[in-house]
Amino acid sequence: MPSTHNYLMPHDQKGADISESASETRQYISFTIGQEEYGVDIMAVREIKAWTDTTHLPNTPEYMRGVLNLRGVIVPIFDLRCRFGMGLTQATNMHVVVIVQVGQRMVGMLVDAVSDILTIAKDEIQQMPQMERNIDDEYLSGLVTVKDRLVALLDADLLFNQQSIENGVVLGKAALGDK
Amino acid sequence: MPQEFDLNQFKVTYFEECQDLLETAEEQLSILQAQLGDVDVETLHAIFRCVHSIKGGAGAFNFTGLIEFSHILETTLDLLREGKIQPDHNLVDCLIRSNDVLGTLVHMAQKEIEPSPDIWKTIASELEKYSGLNITTSAASLNEEDVSPLLASVAGYNLTAEEEEEQGWGLFLENILPPSSQMSSEMEKDDQGWGLFGDEPEIENNTETAHCPELTKPHYRIRFVPEPHLLQFANEPLLLARELKTLGDCIAHVDVSRLPKLADIAPDVAYLSWSFDLYTDRSIADIEEVFEFVIDDCQLDIQLVDNREQIEVTSDVADSPQDEALADLAGDIQPRESTPVPRPQKEQSLSKTENKKVDMAANGNVSAPMVSSIRVELDRVDRLVNMVGELVITQSMLKQQADELANNAGLRMTQGFEELNARTRELQESVMAIRMQPVKSVFARMPRLVRELSAKLGKKIDLITSGEMTEVDKTVIEQLMDPLTHMIRNSVDHGVETPDERRAAGKPERARIYLRAEHKSGRIQIEVSDDGRGIDRDRVLAKAEEKGLIERDVEIDAQAIDNLIFTPGFSTANSVSDVSGRGVGMDVVRRNIISLGGRISVFSTPGEGARFLMSLPLTLAVLDGMIVKCGAEKYIIPLTSIIESIHPVREEIKSLMNGGTLVSVRGQYIRIVNLHHLFNLKDAITDPAESLVVIVETERYGYVGIMVDELLGQQQVVIKSLEENYDPIAGVAAATILGNGKVALILDVDGLAEMEHGAEKRRKNKSLQRQVFLTGE
Repeated sequence: MPSTHNYLMPHDQKGADISESASETRQYISFTIGQEEYGVDIMAVREIKAWTDTTHLPNTPEYMRGVLNLRGVIVPIFDLRCRFGMGLTQATNMHVVVIVQVGQRMVGMLVDAVSDILTIAKDEIQQMPQMERNIDDEYLSGLVTVKDRLVALLDADLLFNQQSIENGVVLGKAALGDK
Repeated sequence: MPQEFDLNQFKVTYFEECQDLLETAEEQLSILQAQLGDVDVETLHAIFRCVHSIKGGAGAFNFTGLIEFSHILETTLDLLREGKIQPDHNLVDCLIRSNDVLGTLVHMAQKEIEPSPDIWKTIASELEKYSGLNITTSAASLNEEDVSPLLASVAGYNLTAEEEEEQGWGLFLENILPPSSQMSSEMEKDDQGWGLFGDEPEIENNTETAHCPELTKPHYRIRFVPEPHLLQFANEPLLLARELKTLGDCIAHVDVSRLPKLADIAPDVAYLSWSFDLYTDRSIADIEEVFEFVIDDCQLDIQLVDNREQIEVTSDVADSPQDEALADLAGDIQPRESTPVPRPQKEQSLSKTENKKVDMAANGNVSAPMVSSIRVELDRVDRLVNMVGELVITQSMLKQQADELANNAGLRMTQGFEELNARTRELQESVMAIRMQPVKSVFARMPRLVRELSAKLGKKIDLITSGEMTEVDKTVIEQLMDPLTHMIRNSVDHGVETPDERRAAGKPERARIYLRAEHKSGRIQIEVSDDGRGIDRDRVLAKAEEKGLIERDVEIDAQAIDNLIFTPGFSTANSVSDVSGRGVGMDVVRRNIISLGGRISVFSTPGEGARFLMSLPLTLAVLDGMIVKCGAEKYIIPLTSIIESIHPVREEIKSLMNGGTLVSVRGQYIRIVNLHHLFNLKDAITDPAESLVVIVETERYGYVGIMVDELLGQQQVVIKSLEENYDPIAGVAAATILGNGKVALILDVDGLAEMEHGAEKRRKNKSLQRQVFLTGE
């Protein structure tokens, strides 16, 4: 069986960020969940596909929507709306799954719709204001305003790595049961 | 051969090769140890060849530390095999450690770390003690020829007698000289390449005395014309010539007429041919035997000639001036009268001490079986395995669609599908076979483990292995290493008694540990057994009670007590030793085996020994499964663990106080696993009397019944890792893709039984843990 510790990979891109000058641009794919718009680095996105029925995994958190077969690879799908505490997505085939690469793993994010490809210069990205939000700040790498829309940039590495570790711990405990 | 000389590519090959060589050396060293007192010189040759090949490559890449150390080791080995020093226990021990150091140095070279001499200096001086002592005591008795390599080694000069003899795989140029001797090493390169040009002043130093043919013996004229592809089958005319020479006096004449221009020469094509004048009493059959291995790849003509006939001394002179020059050159180097050995075409060159090695080289190389194998990256094989897996899925998808077609069309297609099915299964099996490897690679490491541990513990143990060539998937082999190491350790540490105890028990002092592998009903069975004291049931029981693993005063049979050693947290070792008993124990072994889809069981007879049996699947890529439905979900239960499935009637079902359920099957009560409960499934049948119970065999809990809604059918499925992209899930072993393209989970029956067990316990304890468990929060 392959190692399950891949998610502990360092975030290579962090180092690259520092060396980039302020005017350098990056592309983000933006998607919507309800009224909110989020962006994720285009380089991490492997594929975008319509929602299909998944196979439910037992005893997993609610936002874990099960796994699907992506050309022979088993990919877990996370419901971002639910992950952000906004309730379960009533998924239809109009909903979209964004498959992203996180470290060595591939995960899918269930979102409402993909809206745009944004080209954003580094100096356009604002730091997250310290205020109460649905998502813990640490999963967001910044905010940008694009044509009056506010787009929150997600750091997929953090979002899923953190979660994987937590899941691992919880499940590890569960697996050990009563010991 | 690649057009570009990409050193890195060769390095990769070299290190792979080194790994093999180190393992072979290790294996041979243990054989050597077993042979002490009656050493087979072939073993020494084999070890020598390994070290020599490692050194050869190291020279090509200039890994100085590695070269120096391997050279010292090689010198000692050389003395050993020439019988100048006698192997004893200490020396062999020293050699084994040297091999480890060699491994370390190779590893460092691979990591491009320059090793500090401290790593090998100690052991090197130990080795030199053996070889050095010898020089002072016996040098006087050596003849000039034999002294030279010794002197060379004493002076730190890096060439030994064997240097020129390419033992390895011919990829590397033997560039062993230190940089200061660059000139001569350059020459050596040429020499290794062609051996045709005037780079061999040494040849004139040939100490071999010229033999005048005894004209009284029958004279055979042998014409030997190799087919161009002869060399590609690892045949070497030089060796044949040497072999011929052992039959009698032999004069070789080279025919260079087929030699093309230098630019047109392909390195692996045989251009030269020979005629030999052989004076021998042997029969034609003996001569023919020399050519036995090449007879299909050459034209051979053996004739008895009249003794009085003048020996023909002119070699066929080529037409072109260049070739003529070559021929002359060859003539200069190799005066026909004095050198009864033909010119080799490539790689080999004559050296002053070479001839005495003739027998060795001939045995080692000519009789070696031709292995037609290639090295392939595992990635490529895996890709193939994956693709075939996809093919199987696609096929079952098509089949499903065909089945839905109108009757007539469907029927006709069914036949086609059957055929296709047979073919794909065949294809799949062939592809899987590529990944199969003999378990030898794992077994080979065990003798050493036993040796070291028994020495440490003061026990006398023989390890007897069998079935090393049993083949199993590479992944299984990799995963087998740890559990097997642990079990052997366990046997040595706990199972086998000290010699005193054994004597007292009336057993032979030397204990035996058996390691066996065999194929059994589509699985591989590995057995580790010893003739030690067996499992101490009283102690196991006491320990288990002490740790609260079982309840006190419960009747428990002997087999069950033995099986307690697999319980997590169980380790009977009184003290934590560095041999075994570090808190992890047989439960880890069991877990590892189970994660491979295997089973382990123990049979112990007090005072007579313990026997561990492991049964593992041959491959981890496919499995035969039963598709079951539970609620809206489909799961797969591995067919190998299914015993039967039953529809229980209500009277057979008993509810326990703790919420657990039992079902009586022919008088035997079997615990029911509530799949829908454990997995929190909606819409599943909750009444055991209405459901179907699939009885499966588990490692720890014996038979348990998994409650499902219905059976959907049997299918071979391709195992997909869930953990590639997600975390392990309790009760789920892996995933697969069904014919409709959907993912289905493969159940881990042992995990489920454990979950059920835990759930019952929790229900009993009214603990909050259950909530944690079910919500995952």
